[in-house]
Amino acid sequence: MKQENKKNKYEPDARGFYGDFGGAFIPEMLQHNIDELLNSYRLIINDTSFREEYELLLSDYAGRPSPLYYAKRLSERYGTCIYLKREDLNHTGSHKINNALGQVLLAERMGKKRIIAETGAGQHGVATATVCALRGLECIVYMGACDVARQAPNVARMEMLGAKVVPVNSGNKTLKDATNEAIRDWIAHPADTYYVIGSVVGPHPYPEMVAMFQSVISEEIKAQLLQKTGRDYPDAVIACVGGGSNAAGAFVNYIDNDKVRLYGAEGGGKGADTSLTAATMAVGTTGILHGSMILLMQDKYGQITEPYSISAGLDYPGVGPLHSHLHRTGRAEYMPVNDDEALAAALLTTRLEGIIPALESAHALALLERIRFNPDEIVVVNLSGRGDKDMETYLQK
Amino acid sequence: MNRLKDFLGKKPSDILSVYFTAGFPSLNDTTEIIKSLQNENADIIEIGIPFSDPMADGPVIQESNERAIKNGMNLDMLFDQLSKIRDDITIPLVIMSYFNPVFKYGVDHFCRKCNNSGISGLIIPDLPFEEYSEKYLRMYKENDLCYIPLITDKTNDERIKMLSDAADGFLYIVSSSIITGGKTDVGVNREYYSHIRELVPQKPFLIGFGIQDSTAFSNACRNADGAIVGTAFIRALTQNEGDVCKKTKKFVKDIRGK
Ligand SMILES: Cc1ncc(COP(=O)(O)O)c(C=O)c1O
Repeated sequence: MKQENKKNKYEPDARGFYGDFGGAFIPEMLQHNIDELLNSYRLIINDTSFREEYELLLSDYAGRPSPLYYAKRLSERYGTCIYLKREDLNHTGSHKINNALGQVLLAERMGKKRIIAETGAGQHGVATATVCALRGLECIVYMGACDVARQAPNVARMEMLGAKVVPVNSGNKTLKDATNEAIRDWIAHPADTYYVIGSVVGPHPYPEMVAMFQSVISEEIKAQLLQKTGRDYPDAVIACVGGGSNAAGAFVNYIDNDKVRLYGAEGGGKGADTSLTAATMAVGTTGILHGSMILLMQDKYGQITEPYSISAGLDYPGVGPLHSHLHRTGRAEYMPVNDDEALAAALLTTRLEGIIPALESAHALALLERIRFNPDEIVVVNLSGRGDKDMETYLQK
Repeated sequence: MNRLKDFLGKKPSDILSVYFTAGFPSLNDTTEIIKSLQNENADIIEIGIPFSDPMADGPVIQESNERAIKNGMNLDMLFDQLSKIRDDITIPLVIMSYFNPVFKYGVDHFCRKCNNSGISGLIIPDLPFEEYSEKYLRMYKENDLCYIPLITDKTNDERIKMLSDAADGFLYIVSSSIITGGKTDVGVNREYYSHIRELVPQKPFLIGFGIQDSTAFSNACRNADGAIVGTAFIRALTQNEGDVCKKTKKFVKDIRGK
């Protein structure tokens, strides 16, 4: 969380725009909440006591730094040097804890007693429920009814942690709908409630703030690579992209370094050329959803298209403003990865490295099949989470 | 000629503005509902553009949106329907939409179509004032469309004045911290409404969100120039007996309490 690292040319402007994308497209009912959040956020990012408390929890509670692991057998297989950034080893099993810790600490400092969150795969919900248990705060998690069914272990975890999981039955009953419901809750409870958004989406300052809390990923990669290879940057970084938070964290300290190629793996579903896809960059157009201007999947009349991906965490019809901008400017390259490719990559990583990745992260691993790297190149794959929650899906295939 | 400005210029009180979702319950009910509301002496009609993700709406309006989209409602369809009744309609019409359908259609194109269809003003809750004034104000003006901002009990005085200055129709006063269809007690917030009256004495304002029955409506009229009713009308369209005209007639009679 070093501030000098945020000074890159891909920072948003004062109103939260990354080029054409971002901003705060919110109804007046949320204006006060957002103003309050923005002011508090500006205060804490420069506050040493906040930073110390956050960093202590990251290390002693969440287990950071997460290892940067040289994956020897995967490297041999693909004829290049592959490092895995082990976000799967964090407490609660994914990168989501980095953000949940940061935002709940912020909520506490704002005097908020009631924490709400949306969740898709359940990882963000579990991370938020965990931190709420740690701090003794009320926690309500909105989750699409369809995701409640397909991510049952995470629902059980949240409930054991004391959170109330509210199944959402509108729309496609997945992440987008859970987000709508969380926003409605926030409108109805402006005074006591803090909304912990789980990815780099939503109105300004959320995308900037979540990216900042996740930036610890690439901050650590820099130090770890320097120590292991004598150079603090790789030739390429690969991450999966749902809303885009783990990718933002893995990219952010390298965005200004043109020597580093950035690759994002989207949920291709059954194929970006079919209607069963979540490949926003491939099929999306500019629009406004959940408070910001982003690339999103929509029809001719601006109705949001229901996404599909085997992975609940990538099953979102939009992608945050930073990634929309990196895509438009060509700074990062995004590719759809289909369900079957992700499943194959998950199995391969499990068998070669003894690591069962989350389905989301398996999409990033699958790009190793697609992109040719030279033997002397260094590739970092952000292994955003572990696969425990996906065992049912893996066993069915 | 802007019918909303003309109407408000007469300093009316007890204004009843009725929201409904275009294309609901059936695709072609749009025009029937508008005509019926005019016949029953509603004062303003708010035509809601259905959207897949209505983030400020409760279950009743969510469902009407979903159904209208399934029925095939879209902006081209709506403008087409409106063109057919253009000559019969004298009551002010405003459009209420989330920003995305308008943005995707093209704001300029949309504003021109509105003007051609006899629309007097726009309520776009998630188009923030700053965006409106920088990018779209010119399009509103060129097409004689009123900018109708939302105000809540958390909006500070400076912002209320700024929004009021920009508003050339009425101010949409959100009753309390709820989504549409929620419960509100207008009486509890009396100070908030009188404060707005003091702050911007010249500006007509209507209270909306949670105005569900004649008691709430008359309460709102005591505190403002009138009220906006949405959920209760959508519910009446699904529940009342008879055809759309009969349902509308009963609804207006019930809500006015006479
Ligand atoms: C393990 C894991 N990786 C990735 C994601 C996708 O989110 P994001 O793109 O914000 O990193 C999720 C979301 O639930 C997740 O659980």
